[in-house]
Amino acid sequence: MLRRILSLIVKELLALLRDAKSRFVVIVPPLVQLFVFSYAATYDVTSIRLAVLDESRTQESRALLAAFQGAPAFAELVPVARDDDLSALVERRAVTAALHIPPRFAADLRTDPPARVSLVLDGRMSNTAQIVHGYVTAILLDFGRAWGAAHGWPAPPSVIVERVWFNPNMESLWVVVPGLAGVLTMVVALVVTALSVARERELGTFEQLLVTPLRPVEILIGKTVPALIIGLLEATLIVVAAQVWFGVPLTAPVWLLYGALTVFLLSIIGVGLFISSLVQTQQQAIVGAFLFLVPAIILSGFATPLDNMPPWLQAATWVNPLRHMMVILRGVFLKDAAPALVLDSLWPMAVIAVGTLAGAAWLFRRRLG
Amino acid sequence: MTRSAGLDPRRTAALVRKEALQVMRDPSSLAIAFVLPLVLLFLFGYGVSLDADDVRLAVVVENPTPDTAGFTATLANSPYFQVTELRSRQEAVPLLDRGAVRGIVVLGQRFSADYRAGAEAPVQVILDGADANTARLVQGYVQGVWSTWLTQEALRQGRSLAVPVVAEGHVRYNPQLRSRNFLIPGLIAIIMALIGTLLTALVVAREWERGTMESLMATRVGVGEILVGKLLPYFVLGMGGMALSVGLAVTLFQVPFRGSVAALVLVSAVFLLGALAMGLVISALTRNQFAAGQVAIVAAFLPAFMLSGFVFEISAMPLPIQALTTVVSARYFVSSLQTLFLAGTVWRVLLPDLLAMTAIAAVFLAIAVRSTRKRLD
Repeated sequence: MLRRILSLIVKELLALLRDAKSRFVVIVPPLVQLFVFSYAATYDVTSIRLAVLDESRTQESRALLAAFQGAPAFAELVPVARDDDLSALVERRAVTAALHIPPRFAADLRTDPPARVSLVLDGRMSNTAQIVHGYVTAILLDFGRAWGAAHGWPAPPSVIVERVWFNPNMESLWVVVPGLAGVLTMVVALVVTALSVARERELGTFEQLLVTPLRPVEILIGKTVPALIIGLLEATLIVVAAQVWFGVPLTAPVWLLYGALTVFLLSIIGVGLFISSLVQTQQQAIVGAFLFLVPAIILSGFATPLDNMPPWLQAATWVNPLRHMMVILRGVFLKDAAPALVLDSLWPMAVIAVGTLAGAAWLFRRRLG
Repeated sequence: MTRSAGLDPRRTAALVRKEALQVMRDPSSLAIAFVLPLVLLFLFGYGVSLDADDVRLAVVVENPTPDTAGFTATLANSPYFQVTELRSRQEAVPLLDRGAVRGIVVLGQRFSADYRAGAEAPVQVILDGADANTARLVQGYVQGVWSTWLTQEALRQGRSLAVPVVAEGHVRYNPQLRSRNFLIPGLIAIIMALIGTLLTALVVAREWERGTMESLMATRVGVGEILVGKLLPYFVLGMGGMALSVGLAVTLFQVPFRGSVAALVLVSAVFLLGALAMGLVISALTRNQFAAGQVAIVAAFLPAFMLSGFVFEISAMPLPIQALTTVVSARYFVSSLQTLFLAGTVWRVLLPDLLAMTAIAAVFLAIAVRSTRKRLD
């Protein structure tokens, strides 16, 4: 039995890797996506262009503007003369935000603090607007503290001390690359398995496979193992790139990562085989894979946090293996996750894997009969 | 056999009719135009949100006093946080490890004493960098709450202020900062990129596969007529999908629409034409439904998602990637739709966008004409 399965595995791997087209699909797009998306999928807000209307025109207001000029996230201050220009620049998206320093600024600062400045933000990108607001608040606090100290104010009774754990510079790459390791591995494993049975059925080789002494379960194993091997190789490629090229640390032991990846891949392969035995043609298989992939990625916490979804949807994401893998990936890459913590997200994936593989086996046998 | 470069109205009409009939009889193109947008809108509309309200925060108060209670109350009363109060760091750290809270605020043993002495009592904020975007939002919110608290305290005690300069934020176009208001218009652009390309890519690839394209070529019809015959019915279908998406956005998701409908129709038509032409090019190059579907997803959907500025800021990307985004038509459509929905008909935004989308559409149409003609000779 072992030898039969082994020869099927070898045959599957050969079928996949000998064909130039499918070899290409497995290797090139994931790598291109890794590089393009790692750099593109950023929530960083840099190169901010800030329109400035300085009606105060005092030493104080110029000092404040200098503080903005020195801040790394701000690329350019665009001075304007009138309030209307300020709005117009924001409206046509020529600037990210606009700062208005009123005529009373310096006088208020000296005699009647707090001095107020107004900040116009563009709600068409509300996430960016909130981050810019945060940056501006921080600059004003620093400016205020320095100004107070220079003018004999008592020290503030309290200060904020910030520490960012796991990713001290809040680098988007450190968050995105581990996530992509899950997403891209999933895509490859799913496409490979979803197409496998459908292709054989289209080519008529499935009937040939049926007349061999292989039992359905053996065929299933023969389809699972090659996809697992390819998925693990793919993941290895990405993990190496994450370390060598992107400089993302891998803080937890490697065996923990690979253990989790294996369970994750098994659950995905189960879904792929399920789709494959459900459909008649490769095209239907691709549609089926797409119908699974898009929700799985959107509802995984990869691009946007799960916390923001309505509670019923958060509950529904439990059946999404990628959602659990996302927690593990960020854990093992950045948080030096303890094995017990990984286990918390691992067992739901194991349940899903057993469910989907059993479903695929059942459907497989029914289709054969 | 001579082919006129111009369009013969009768032949063109016949072709359009044939394609329209085919569309009506074939459920798959109707599904792409109407079911796909529905599913995607629901999925993204509920699943994708960048709002940070009710962010879970652990507050460690090592030595509770009226001062710490005042600070904790200001945090808890802000709309941004859902606060869990704890007594020690040891309890809070595992919560951050598990991702059960997004940040920890620590008021240490000596907080109250230092605060009373005016000795810069530290409010320690620990953030989870594994979700950098949320960390940054939380950072800004905590700073805001902290300076509000200081100002209130100073006013209450009649002391001089510790915060000399404050910013009053005015958010234009989306004052409640609902992320849905900007995500859904962007999402419509992505959906249109996908369905526009898929419609022509899959359906025409099937004709190549079945050989009916060759039979069509053997007749007297010219390339222009074939292309018009292919584009027109799917154009109508795509605009139908667009209308459905906009309708849902306004009614179900309550996104305001402040622009003019005429401008919306204009930018959508130009964008859709480009997407359909791109689909034709894909189908002519691949001539196989499977490959056409793959290429449509890789060439239309993913760039529209990642490189259009729909959620990821283009200005924050490295320069080579920024350069790449300039040829992604969806980038201009996203910008136009966000403006039309939230700001109004701002021609200073729409005109450059229209210009770029027209140029891209023209290039794809030209390639479509060329790649179809090549087979005729």
